[in-house]
Amino acid sequence: MKRFVTILTVMAFALAVGGFAFAAPKPLVLGLAVHENPSVDTFWAVVVKGAKDAAATYGVTLKWGGSNQPLEQAQLIETYVAAKVDGIIVDLSFADALKDAIKKATNAGIPVISINSGVDKYKEFGVMAHVGQTEKVAGNGAGEQFNKVGAKKLLVVIHEEGNVGLEARADGAAETFKGEVVRFNVATTGVRDVSGTVAAIQDKLIQDKSIDGILTLNTIIAEAALDAVKATKGSQKIATFDLSSDVLDSIAKGDIMFAIDQQEYLQGYLPVVMLYLYKMNLNTIGGGLPILTGPGIVDKSNAALVRDLAKKGTR
Amino acid sequence: MAFQNARMLAPDDRLAKTGPVRRVFRRVEAGALIGAVVVWAFFALAAPENWLSITGVARILDSSSTLGIMAVAVALLMIGGEFDLSTGVMTGTTGLIAGMLATELNTSIWLAMLVSLVFALAVGFFNGWIVVKTRLPSFIVTLATFFVLRGANVGVTRLVTARVTVSNIDQAIGFLSARGFFNLEFTLLGTQFRTSTIWWIALAFIATWVLQRTRYGNWIFAVGGDVNSARNVGVPSERVKISLFMVTAAAAWLVGMMGILRLRSSVASEGIGQEFVYIIAVVTGGTLLTGGYGSVVGACIGALIFGMARVGIVFAGWDTDWFYSFLGIMLLVAVLVNAFTRKRAEEVRIAAAKARTEEEVT
Repeated sequence: MKRFVTILTVMAFALAVGGFAFAAPKPLVLGLAVHENPSVDTFWAVVVKGAKDAAATYGVTLKWGGSNQPLEQAQLIETYVAAKVDGIIVDLSFADALKDAIKKATNAGIPVISINSGVDKYKEFGVMAHVGQTEKVAGNGAGEQFNKVGAKKLLVVIHEEGNVGLEARADGAAETFKGEVVRFNVATTGVRDVSGTVAAIQDKLIQDKSIDGILTLNTIIAEAALDAVKATKGSQKIATFDLSSDVLDSIAKGDIMFAIDQQEYLQGYLPVVMLYLYKMNLNTIGGGLPILTGPGIVDKSNAALVRDLAKKGTR
Repeated sequence: MAFQNARMLAPDDRLAKTGPVRRVFRRVEAGALIGAVVVWAFFALAAPENWLSITGVARILDSSSTLGIMAVAVALLMIGGEFDLSTGVMTGTTGLIAGMLATELNTSIWLAMLVSLVFALAVGFFNGWIVVKTRLPSFIVTLATFFVLRGANVGVTRLVTARVTVSNIDQAIGFLSARGFFNLEFTLLGTQFRTSTIWWIALAFIATWVLQRTRYGNWIFAVGGDVNSARNVGVPSERVKISLFMVTAAAAWLVGMMGILRLRSSVASEGIGQEFVYIIAVVTGGTLLTGGYGSVVGACIGALIFGMARVGIVFAGWDTDWFYSFLGIMLLVAVLVNAFTRKRAEEVRIAAAKARTEEEVT
């Protein structure tokens, strides 16, 4: 009898293992919800590319989308929950607006990883891990760089309203910058009317001639600031958050001083890998701390190398 | 004879005599003009140093010129009784098309711009054709076009460039000559002006002439006022409307070209949401949302008010967080002044006509 039970147990075990091994593995389905739709921003293009590349490498099906309206981003998350995806990756730029939607996901047992903004919120929301750059620390770095070149009055150009990440960057720069910081809201035109943004920065430089440094929080706005400085024949030093091939060209030429790089490709790529490992092997990464992808500083010394990669859309 | 007597007994109110002051107030643009003077004076007090300089003038014109060009075309379309919500995004689409042709296929920028123009005209034709054939509201038809283009702007750009910007357009053949033609910076009285301002003024003159002095201009008012009556008296209403949509698309193309030639690059988000700014400028200028009544000059003044607000708030050193609140108040005031002056003008007209009639009866 005992032998019979043992044989049965072994057979059952073998069947189970065999079944597990031979059943066609159902590909994981992951949902990515970002705060631009479709990403009209060079930055989010790279994040999405990272996620897509990882999904292709690991055989994961990736759904992605988003909206610059917090409500629509929340609805997208809820759609993913209803579709019973295996994991959700969400950028917490509009953190509070997404709280309830994320709760629905965690209640349904779907692991959520937050990316980019929202490092101070993710734990409270029950998010498994956070992959991003602490915006404030990155802002600190920018402020210090401007101290080094002896700037006295720094214009921080805010191109989007209600984005906690941008505000934290500006706060971070204000914390370490020794001179005066002037915040300048250009959300009226932003990246939707770039000529208008150039004109607005131009107007500001005419109005306040003591500004000697400009910090932008987006690459398109950095180029706009450069155009404005050239048009007013000014000598303000420009630096920006994030990279694009245009910005890298400008850094190589010496028109832009440096860029704060948060390696956003990783913010798309890593969460897909992390969710894959979690679903397959219950691994968790980060030890409860945010996983930082930046800040790195790209200046004249390394701009050329990074430039070639940016052309491929991965930096 | 009997007909003539009837005419004499009930004279047309259009024949009423009015004084020069009243004649100014009767104009469609009166409200906008008053608004513009008020806004100008307001910032002249708030930021006299920069505002009252030639630089101030140049900055205002820079901020209003491309908006003004769009306002001219959108005014014609709105007087013709239609809306086009795809105008903003079209400035982006045309820029992306020209930019991608020039950078990816290495065509001359002039050829790329020509292809882009053909595309814009085709979309304009399509918008107009659907509207006149289905008689659906143009608001909905062009909203659909807006969405399609908005998606395609990002989708196609990403497919072609793997990113969402088209850059290095300045390396295209003919870039400098194109820039010289469409959007050159030139120095006048020691200040930088742009040729886009000259384009704006020229187009405003042409459009005003067409609207006020040509048969086509009369047709625009007719189809916007009452399309059935217009058709009954032989106005080719379908052709007029379709052509207006094409003019609007062409204007968006022009503004799109000015954008890429100025910035040397093109962004997939360009123009989204701007369509409402154009409509706001036109409405501020006294054109009715219902069609059949309006003015190109008024629309230009509307654009100028918008440009003044943008520059003025910065020059005054105010927190630009408040821009939209300021704009909202300005829009409301402009519309109220418009409504008031129009009502006054009509009262004056009717009173004068009545007086005349009574005079002749007695």
